[in-house]
Amino acid sequence: MALQSPSLDVGGAILVKPTPASAGRGYWQSVGRRLRRDPVTLICAAILILLVLASIAAPYLYLADPYKTSMLRRLYPLGSPNHWLGTDELGRDMFARLIYGGRLSLFMGVTPVVCALLIGGSLGILAGFVGGKTNMAIMRIMDVFYAFPSVLLAISLSGAMGAGTENTLLSLTLVFIPPICRVSESVTTQVRGFDFVDAAKASGASAFTIVRVHVLGNVLGPILVYATSLISVAIILAAGLSFLGLGVKPPEPEWGLMLNTLRQAIYVNPVLAALPGVMIFITSICFNLMSDGLRAAMDVKA
Amino acid sequence: MLLYALRRLIYLIPVAFGVSLLVFALVHLAPGDPISAIVPPDAPKEVVDKLKEYYGFDKPLPVQYLRWLGVTLTGDLGTSIGTGRSVASEVGSAFGNTIILAIAATSLAFTLAVILGTAAAYAKSRIVDRLVTMISLIGVSVPHFWLAIVLVIIFAVELGVLPPMGIGPENSTGWRFDRAHLAHMVLPTIALSVIPLGVVTRTVRSTVKETLSMEFVTALQAKGMRDSRILFHVLKNAAPTCLAVMGLQAGNLIGGSILIETVFAWPGTGFLLNSAIFRRDLPILQGTTLVLAGFFMLLNLTVDIIQTMVDPRIKRG
Repeated sequence: MALQSPSLDVGGAILVKPTPASAGRGYWQSVGRRLRRDPVTLICAAILILLVLASIAAPYLYLADPYKTSMLRRLYPLGSPNHWLGTDELGRDMFARLIYGGRLSLFMGVTPVVCALLIGGSLGILAGFVGGKTNMAIMRIMDVFYAFPSVLLAISLSGAMGAGTENTLLSLTLVFIPPICRVSESVTTQVRGFDFVDAAKASGASAFTIVRVHVLGNVLGPILVYATSLISVAIILAAGLSFLGLGVKPPEPEWGLMLNTLRQAIYVNPVLAALPGVMIFITSICFNLMSDGLRAAMDVKA
Repeated sequence: MLLYALRRLIYLIPVAFGVSLLVFALVHLAPGDPISAIVPPDAPKEVVDKLKEYYGFDKPLPVQYLRWLGVTLTGDLGTSIGTGRSVASEVGSAFGNTIILAIAATSLAFTLAVILGTAAAYAKSRIVDRLVTMISLIGVSVPHFWLAIVLVIIFAVELGVLPPMGIGPENSTGWRFDRAHLAHMVLPTIALSVIPLGVVTRTVRSTVKETLSMEFVTALQAKGMRDSRILFHVLKNAAPTCLAVMGLQAGNLIGGSILIETVFAWPGTGFLLNSAIFRRDLPILQGTTLVLAGFFMLLNLTVDIIQTMVDPRIKRG
């Protein structure tokens, strides 16, 4: 079942295999072992780590100033001296801007998923574990958000609230809460039905202890795998919002925004105009492959 | 069957109520009050108050909501602040253009996806399977608005064989079935189809593969049934899952075509939404969102019902 898709569709249920709390350690060890034997995942992780490190360390990398414009050096082609990836429509160094662009693009892709994981995950586990009316209330509210195509929801919310980084983060978080909540609810409901939960209840464990020890250990894997598969969607969506002028404001370097401002240059220097998109593509493909690897290693059936 | 459809329709009512609340809230999410979008900042206070009274913004929010809901239910979506035309007619004509593009893109994507996915599931050689997996990976990973720009660069700028933007020749008033209009559709159709192609290929591949490993397939083979007949049975069993994903993808394609429509200046709902956002034309923003969400709900309902028709095993409470 295609869980991983730019449309957040949760078509089929994820099946959870019951693992008693005592078996937790060995499980994570075998996950680590399987990940180390998976070259594709390792390469993708390496590329992503490199991108993250480069964007964090950008100010110390002796790059050109990504904000410094020059009317004389506009749209230099690739391979120019001093500007080996050329310059943009305002004469700013492309290489520096692509590296600096990773800061906002990665931040705006990962943050909403993390926030949505915390909020949606908690809500979903709550709904699944408590069940009954609480479940009804939470899941029916999520259904309302499900009535919107995800891109439309993100764009309408951002459009109404106005451009800006915070508003983009807020609207993307809102978009990702419902799917994560739904997955969390479905796996938690399954785990609640396992015998060891009944056993824990019978032995007098408090609800909090049961959730912490028995439920979380079983549901965290599938929820995390699902959330990582959303990161690539989030990165594309965030870049898309900036591309429309709804996200990051100029002159900040951000891949989606750069794609937009360079659109006028496609007749002058087409290769240059396509560069920021290549960065988005590489990042999103790496996140997708890594999430696939993680799913295989954690043995999550989807 | 009819009962099931009816029950699903009734179930949609509370969801539709929630959707209307959310769409109504959109206007009030906007910074400042909704009036500030249409009056200059130095307008005298009496004029602002008059306008507020005229639009009903001086009433408490629940009253405003009920009034808005009442008017909307009669099919009146208000008047565009930018053009002065009725929102319903603006959205209506744009929706037609979006649907044309969506039909072309989904036909292309779903046909290819079924062929590729089935081929990969059946393939004895790893190369075919790998290739198809790669295609679907690229489909779900590529930023489609970037792909749109790359397509324009290759086919319009470099090769000059296809038009870079617009729905038709310059003096075209609307879509028609002729050579020039079809040529304008080629690039947006391809750009729109990559995501559904990737997602559906993945689904078809895994579903068909799973179905092939079921016992009934072995039984049919043992019985000596022709392979083409077996394929039919396999596809029929894989259909409900694939249909569900296709329905969601079609809806997402229509709701999410804003980026592609912006790149190609295609006068559809996405393009309308985009220009409404920048003119701060809130009635259009509201109306377009409401129409698209409503369509998405109905589409999902239809897919749900088709699913139960194809697969009698699905019986839902």
